[in-house]
Amino acid sequence: MMNCKQAVRLMSDEMDRDLPGGERFALRLHTLICTGCRNYRQQLSFLRQACQQQVAANDATPPSAPPAA
Amino acid sequence: MPLKRAESTEQTPSPSSRSRSLPPAAATIAAELAGFQREMLRFAVLQLRDQASAEDAVQEAMLAALQGADRFGERAKLKTWVFAILKNKIVDIIRRRVREPSYQEPAEEIDEGDFDPLFRANGHWQGDSRPADWGDPEKSFENQRFWAVFDTCLNRLPAGTARVFMMREMLGLETDEICEELSMSSNHCWVVLHRARMGLRVCLDQKWFTSGERA
Ligand SMILES: [Zn+2]
Repeated sequence: MMNCKQAVRLMSDEMDRDLPGGERFALRLHTLICTGCRNYRQQLSFLRQACQQQVAANDATPPSAPPAA
Repeated sequence: MPLKRAESTEQTPSPSSRSRSLPPAAATIAAELAGFQREMLRFAVLQLRDQASAEDAVQEAMLAALQGADRFGERAKLKTWVFAILKNKIVDIIRRRVREPSYQEPAEEIDEGDFDPLFRANGHWQGDSRPADWGDPEKSFENQRFWAVFDTCLNRLPAGTARVFMMREMLGLETDEICEELSMSSNHCWVVLHRARMGLRVCLDQKWFTSGERA
């Protein structure tokens, strides 16, 4: 069974490369049962969104609301 | 024949190919451009961690924008366009730095062991390190204080780690481009990105979401 330490590494990797089927499956199983890692994954995509907003952050027009997940 | 209008797809005007005099359209965008200067500088300093090269990058981007003013149409917001130029200038500067004979790899990277305290011996989250729900984090985008905390957290990342992370997330390079520019293996690149995200997440959690200003 995958542990959280392994899961966080794969959750980061999946933002940069396609995970092979086996890793993807193990990660999915893990996040089904682990709230901490589910939160972690959402926070990673929040980080990406924040970086992309950097440019727009102080724009005269407020950034449009992100699409609901 | 439905010929596309002669709209240029290139982002950065090349000053060498034409005279250095500015096109008439430059006058119409100059004032608006000047308004972005401070924000551009902040962005460049964050990426380059050096005031002087950041100022160079901003000046070069401003000049390139003015020189290419006649090619700037309605196709993009001026700000988006000038930031795209700035990003290219920043990547150029990083590229130049890396190729200098005197270049030395920033040794500072987050250490593998730095995150060990977050996990128990079996690799599962320690109780108080388990990521909690951040609620509706996008709301923070509208808060100027959040962006100050965000900058602080980025600046806390070690230089080597931050550079890879920002090339990926802010300058928008793919990992294989980053690996090539910095002569890193793909695996090393992924490891560094992972540690950067880990570090940034912990910092934002402590300084903003869970026990920081927003909490
Ligand atoms: Zn977990």
